[in-house]
Amino acid sequence: MRKTFTYLCLIFFFSQSSLLSSYSSNPKDFINELVTDAIEKLADENLDKNQKASFVEDLALKNVDINALGLYTLGELRKSSSKEDIVNYQKTFEKYFLKSLTSRLTDYSSSKFEVLGNERKSDNYTIVKSKIIPDDGSPQIKIDWRVYTKNPEKPLIRDLIVEGLSLARTQKEEFASILISNNNDIKILINKLEDFVND
Amino acid sequence: MKNFKNLSFFLTILLALTLLTSHAKSTDECFEKASRVIFKFNMALDDIILEPIAKGYNKLPSPLKKGTSNFTSNISTLLSIPNNILQGNLKQVGHSVGSFAVNTTVGILGFLNPAEKMGLKPNKEDVGQTLGSWGIGPGCYFVLPVLGPTTARDSIGLIADTFVDPFAQVTIRENEILSSSGNALDYYSVKGMTAVDYRADNDKSLESLEKNSIDLYSSLKSVYLQDRENKIRNSIEDQDEWGNLDN
Repeated sequence: MRKTFTYLCLIFFFSQSSLLSSYSSNPKDFINELVTDAIEKLADENLDKNQKASFVEDLALKNVDINALGLYTLGELRKSSSKEDIVNYQKTFEKYFLKSLTSRLTDYSSSKFEVLGNERKSDNYTIVKSKIIPDDGSPQIKIDWRVYTKNPEKPLIRDLIVEGLSLARTQKEEFASILISNNNDIKILINKLEDFVND
Repeated sequence: MKNFKNLSFFLTILLALTLLTSHAKSTDECFEKASRVIFKFNMALDDIILEPIAKGYNKLPSPLKKGTSNFTSNISTLLSIPNNILQGNLKQVGHSVGSFAVNTTVGILGFLNPAEKMGLKPNKEDVGQTLGSWGIGPGCYFVLPVLGPTTARDSIGLIADTFVDPFAQVTIRENEILSSSGNALDYYSVKGMTAVDYRADNDKSLESLEKNSIDLYSSLKSVYLQDRENKIRNSIEDQDEWGNLDN
């Protein structure tokens, strides 16, 4: 019985994974399809919190440029740190990012999503403008998505700008403050991220 | 007289801080250790007083919440009028004056917002933003007890607001407009209501930030500084700091 259940779970997650890779390569459609899919899954009452967390993690691993985000949030230190430290940092940052993201999204409450337009900034970046209208009557939220388009076949999200506040910049400045008060020691930052992940 | 001397002394210190640090990066701190202690005090105050009130406020019927939010927002439009004039933004002067006039009358003292349906959307402006639009840098960053994050420039703006804000003139300074005036309690009640409304609106975001931050002080500092930059520009400008990541 237990084995059957495990197989069913595996089939379920693989079927979800195959859906995740089918988003459009056009940045505007990519965001629209991805968020619509995410809203549908997160609002699904048949999925428990663990299943939703798993879905969010998979979605992020495939569609967010976590490595680049990690390097960006490290600031100038990425240039002076050793390769080994950078690899360790990126591994820990990925775990930190996924934990932080799932804790934010699994408590999701029902909303409507609308893509308003997009602005091509360069060959590498397109900003997709959107809004979320919560069903509970709260004010609508403007969200801009920084989509990395260096590989036009596989767009990746690098930042979310919520009502003008860049999540990547907020993270970068938070890490900068930790680094400044610890003599720019990347190992201390890695330890703090690990503490958060294991908490 | 003594109060005036104290205020002048305080303003002189803030002005000196602004002038000395206006070219500094806004992320520079005036006195971080003290700010972190004040931040802890503010967070404790939030846990004990503001958060429970905001959670209770969020349970109110939606029309009541919306009405309160409209009311405080309408009063704060008054501060935008002189600031839009000082910034030379005549279009926004029209939006502020029009919105205040329509909402105060047709909108029943501002509880309704018919001005928005007429296309009147005033930006919220204060003296800190006006100084910023004149090219004065933020100066260093610090945290005020109760009032929260600020910069040297914005703290001067905060004091100056009480001089240019018509609502502060008729309440705190009890100057009469159309033979009527209020008192300081009216002013602080409205400011308190505005704080509760703002806290309630951002309850989930703050909770999420608290849960996911390794250093909440720095996260909130970043959020405050980004928000002020956007308000001074009156736009959400994309700062392409990512460019050099690909080089």
